[in-house]
Amino acid sequence: MSPDLIGLLANSTGQTLYMVAVSALLGTLLGLPLGVFLATSGHGELFEAVAVNRVLGLVVNATRSTPFIILVVAIIPFTRLLAGTSIGTTAAIVPLTVAATPFIARIIETAIREVDAGLIEASRAMGATPLQIVAKVLLPEALPAIALGLTLTVVSLIGYSAMVGAVGGGGLGDLGIRYGYQRFMPAVMAAVVVVLIVLVQGLQSAGEALARHVNKRIRRT
Amino acid sequence: MNVLASIEAVSAATAASAEAPAIRFDAVSKTYPARGRDAQVSALDRVSLAVAPGQIYGVIGRSGAGKSTLLRVINGLEKPSAGRVLVDGTDVVTLDGGGLRALRRRVGMIFQHFNLLSSRTVFDNVAFPLELAGVRRGAMAARVDQLLDLVGLADKRGRYPAELSGGEKQRVGIARALATEPNVLLSDEATSALDPETTRSILDLLARVNALTGVTIVLITHEMQVIKEIADRVAVIERGRIIEEGPVYDVFARPRTATAKSFVASVTGSSVPADLAEELSTQPITGGRAVLRVLLTGAQATAPIISRLSRGADIDVQVLAGQVDRIGGAPFGNFLLAVPGRAEVVAAALALVRELGLTGEVLGYVA
Ligand SMILES: Nc1ncnc2c1ncn2[C@@H]1O[C@H](COP(=O)(O)OP(=O)(O)OP(=O)(O)O)[C@@H](O)[C@H]1O
Ligand SMILES: [Mg+2]
Repeated sequence: MSPDLIGLLANSTGQTLYMVAVSALLGTLLGLPLGVFLATSGHGELFEAVAVNRVLGLVVNATRSTPFIILVVAIIPFTRLLAGTSIGTTAAIVPLTVAATPFIARIIETAIREVDAGLIEASRAMGATPLQIVAKVLLPEALPAIALGLTLTVVSLIGYSAMVGAVGGGGLGDLGIRYGYQRFMPAVMAAVVVVLIVLVQGLQSAGEALARHVNKRIRRT
Repeated sequence: MNVLASIEAVSAATAASAEAPAIRFDAVSKTYPARGRDAQVSALDRVSLAVAPGQIYGVIGRSGAGKSTLLRVINGLEKPSAGRVLVDGTDVVTLDGGGLRALRRRVGMIFQHFNLLSSRTVFDNVAFPLELAGVRRGAMAARVDQLLDLVGLADKRGRYPAELSGGEKQRVGIARALATEPNVLLSDEATSALDPETTRSILDLLARVNALTGVTIVLITHEMQVIKEIADRVAVIERGRIIEEGPVYDVFARPRTATAKSFVASVTGSSVPADLAEELSTQPITGGRAVLRVLLTGAQATAPIISRLSRGADIDVQVLAGQVDRIGGAPFGNFLLAVPGRAEVVAAALALVRELGLTGEVLGYVA
């Protein structure tokens, strides 16, 4: 492979990482409160608001059931509004974030719902406020599951980021399509796949290690 | 006259304040409304009781009797449908969010399944209620270490709950419940998940904490053994109602309801052995024996009943079953005896039992 192809590969990897990192971060910032709210606003729960809970649940489901490539096209006006353009790596962050947010929200919700109800009861009995319960009990106790869920999200985002290549988002997917497929350079295609595999593998291992580190529920010798 | 009246008034007032209960229930009811096909549940039905400061008050009942509900209205985790719940004179029902949280810092609680935070070390679990109350980190450490010493876990302060045994977890639970120096400690089946030996050590710890700090303890259980070991007073609850209440010794000595009797029998061996019960007939059998139950209670518990019967009255006595226990530090015995079944012998035996200040009854006759 020629040096400029290696340069291209490095450049595309950088773009992919940039898109994934920023959208994962933004998705977490938005999805975290949303997930917490979804998990705690049902009937008889800490921040009971059944109607709002239902509506948000519907919105989350609607977003999640829209195929990503359709989502990208459908929200182009919104993307243009936020990023000033609908083309390019930075613009691609908008649909990626829109897709990641409900995904992360559901992950956080599920993780929090797994926390033993006895802990909420005990905390209430100790005089904890609802916010204290969220910050000091629910999130710390759900952290191992959240870490694994976020890993899953990041891995999915790498896949999604390859698709935004189709709308000029750049990144590894774009490189694979343009060079590997359209210009028929199988070596580039292979290199892209290898980099993606290494990336996913590395992130998955790192995520699992992190989850294991924060999980104190398992007896270790 | 006036002077006398005022002295009486003053002494009445002092008596009242000395006896102002730590916890009082005035006709407390709790109904869970019907939902769908499920009928309405009356978990508490006009429950009234008073727990004196420093007392260990036991509540015993079968599953679903309403024990947890009774405990949970004390710290406002559950709101009664009717009635008043007074803790240190404050009506819990009227408290708002802030008032309730303040109350909960004065009322500790321990649980059957411990409910420790798995992500926190032993130290941080005990520190948790202090953290919630906004105590400074520095002041916290001294208090937590003192509590860990008290419960005997000073060497486990850096461990996580997953690394502890059940008994150790409950010790952490107790230390945590005591962190804010509460006046009242609520225990919801705190020993039900533990083996008998560990149960004993946890009960010993609770008794020690009670003696040391004077904390009032309300403990609920379905095991009479627990009541016997540490409670001063006991209430028997069934279908949301208190069906029997009094000093533990009295309830043991004179259970009135079938439920209380079976709870008492479960620990005092006062139940008739099954094989004997089968043979028991209500009519005297010629040449047979009469079966007597003799309770040795109070000051007369150590009366020499067997020797008085055999040597004094010349009656052949067989011990069929029995044991002597200590309840609240006082001896409590319960024996099934067989004596010759002739009417005059039975009458003489019962007379002697009464003469010794004991209670006896004829359960039936065997061949
Ligand atoms: N939130 C609730 N909604 C409806 N019914 C309830 C609720 N909580 C308790 N009950 C009912 O109230 C009754 C008393 O329940 P409670 O939990 O106080 O019993 P318990 O004596 O503690 O039983 P156990 O020994 O099994 O813990 C039961 O019939 C139970 O089904
Ligand atoms: Mg219960």
